[in-house]
Amino acid sequence: MNILNDMRFRALCYQIGAIGLVAAAAWTMFATASDNLAKQNIATGFGFLARQAGFVISETAIAYQPTDSIARAILVGIVNTVKVSLLAAVLGTILGLFVGVARMSRNPLLARLALAYVEVLRNVPLLLYLFLWYSLIILVFPPVKQALNILPGVYLSNSGLVLPAVFVENGAVLLALFVCAGVAAAILIQRIGQQRRIATGKSNHGMAIAGLALLLPPLLLWLLGLVSFGWDIPQAGRFRLTGGLHVRPEFVALLFGLLLSVSASVAEIVRAGIQAIGPGQWEAAAALGLHRSRVMRLVVLPQALRLIIPPLTNTYLTVFKNSSLAIAIGYPDLVMVSNTVMNQTGQAIETIAIFMGVYLSLSIAISLAMNWYNARVALKVR
Amino acid sequence: MKHGFLTICAATTALLAAGVVQAGTLDTVKARGKLVCGVSLATPGFAAPDDKGRMQGFDADVCRSVAAAVFGDGDKIEFVPTNINTRFQALQSGEIDMLSRQTTQTFSREASLGLDFGPTVFYDGQGLMVAKSLGVSSAKELTDAAVCTLPGTTTAQNLSDFFRTIGGKFELVVFESPDENRAAFFAGRCEAISSDRSDLASIRAVANNPDDYIVLPETISKEPLAPAVRQNDSNWRDIMSWSVWLLMAAEEKGITQANVDEMLKSQDPDIQRMLGVTDELGAMLGLDNKWGYNIIKAVGNYGEIFERNVGEKTRLGLTRGPNAQWNAGGLVYAPPFR
Repeated sequence: MNILNDMRFRALCYQIGAIGLVAAAAWTMFATASDNLAKQNIATGFGFLARQAGFVISETAIAYQPTDSIARAILVGIVNTVKVSLLAAVLGTILGLFVGVARMSRNPLLARLALAYVEVLRNVPLLLYLFLWYSLIILVFPPVKQALNILPGVYLSNSGLVLPAVFVENGAVLLALFVCAGVAAAILIQRIGQQRRIATGKSNHGMAIAGLALLLPPLLLWLLGLVSFGWDIPQAGRFRLTGGLHVRPEFVALLFGLLLSVSASVAEIVRAGIQAIGPGQWEAAAALGLHRSRVMRLVVLPQALRLIIPPLTNTYLTVFKNSSLAIAIGYPDLVMVSNTVMNQTGQAIETIAIFMGVYLSLSIAISLAMNWYNARVALKVR
Repeated sequence: MKHGFLTICAATTALLAAGVVQAGTLDTVKARGKLVCGVSLATPGFAAPDDKGRMQGFDADVCRSVAAAVFGDGDKIEFVPTNINTRFQALQSGEIDMLSRQTTQTFSREASLGLDFGPTVFYDGQGLMVAKSLGVSSAKELTDAAVCTLPGTTTAQNLSDFFRTIGGKFELVVFESPDENRAAFFAGRCEAISSDRSDLASIRAVANNPDDYIVLPETISKEPLAPAVRQNDSNWRDIMSWSVWLLMAAEEKGITQANVDEMLKSQDPDIQRMLGVTDELGAMLGLDNKWGYNIIKAVGNYGEIFERNVGEKTRLGLTRGPNAQWNAGGLVYAPPFR
């Protein structure tokens, strides 16, 4: 048979041709752009990443100084983006779960309140909420000089919340080891307890013992005096409080805005998931004599949660990308740091390529992780 | 931000288009029938529309002087508000013909951004403004303070450098939008706000009570603000530079918007050359020989532009300081017209 008449061979040729065309187009665009940049005497390349950054970043989760490289500054931005998105996703999901369940409540007041909550949050652009939360924080709370001293060492002002910080004075490595051991032991004990309960049908104190196993090792270390902790108490300086842990209003406003928006989407997803569970499940569980709240907790929600994972992935991707609105209210996320870099080096194309690349790869990572989880918990139909 | 992103898209598209046409900017501008000039978004005193929608300000008048030199009419112009992040891309991509936007001339910008700066039109420097109630009289006392600022190139870096030299720490709060930046400062989120001194005057002017705020005496950087054009077009650069110098020279020679018609009869050979009565300076630049007359007729001289937009009688209330003429103790010095 002539190979040209082979469908599979022809399909392969088309595919190779298509990929080739795309690659050629990309290459032409790249070559023309660098050619034009060179003609206009505009610097190109990624060499600027090694240069000294020279600017201060107010919120750094990893060690950073203005004398560090631009690459390091961008890394600080990435960590800040991940930090706020992760917190917003976790807290927003928990809150959303409650609101979603409340939406299905038989209590009309609760159900309507949940509905209003969802609609108000879903139908106004997030950016406006960010401006609102931020303005509220800086206008409602007093300036730092008149900070509210809510608890000893805890100050609240429009510069944020300042708390006493605990730090490990010595024995940090030992403590880390023991905490890890405690976590491992707790997981193990919890598993064994669960298996025994399933086997015997009797409830046991697996959870309580697991909790004890979690806390005991670090506690023991502390009692033996192998680890000691120090307190970093905020001190009133001339202008502001120094020392302690500083939660800045920019971070709080962004976290608040993001987590509320996540909670509204999650609430709708949860409602959809619950409604997707057939009435037969409710009736069967009721026939067993279970109370309505237990039916929800033990029968409906576990099944609904499996259904909601794919749409949840979308929500998580959205919150991650929405975190770039940080720039409006002064939180130093990836985009803000990149903007400063862009301004300093003038190399907009490279900098934008970097932050688009970061968003793309992290988004794909979120999708992969959620797909993996989905495959793991999906109902196995046999 | 949205506008900024579009500009970047436009710039990228222009860069991707094969073979950017490098025709002389003067021909392009003449064929279009108007000058496209990039200015600030809304900075009272430098570029902000008035209640009739007409762009007013120091930077806007610099643009008008070039439009008047080319067309004999300072209003054959389109103002494009540019974002701080995208101003250079707008120029590189050809979206604007010149940039007149409180932009500091620096080595790396001139060397790596594909642009050429004209003469310094405003000698500025970065300063810090605080509330009077803070009881601070020097920026050196600001250790541990929070400082609000815009994500400008040099602004954040100068602050870092300044606090490094005085051996203090500070908290930097950076805002993308000038409005948010001002609001955060006025609400007390930051003890100080930092920007070019001209800009601080502009911010102070919009405070509820401007007298509650003081600009601290330290100038922590040199900020010579200059207009810029694309690189590799000497003719266009000459037109921009000499239009600006003409404004300065006219002040030195006492030519004003009001007396320019009488000055045509002046016997001073310098004035005669500048206004195109004798010689052919305009023609050498490819312009009408009356270009100098047209500029002054349209916007007045440098001093008039300064006083009208940012001077002591305006809300900004700036004194001439280093922006006085060289023979009055300032730095404004135009090369000779001959």
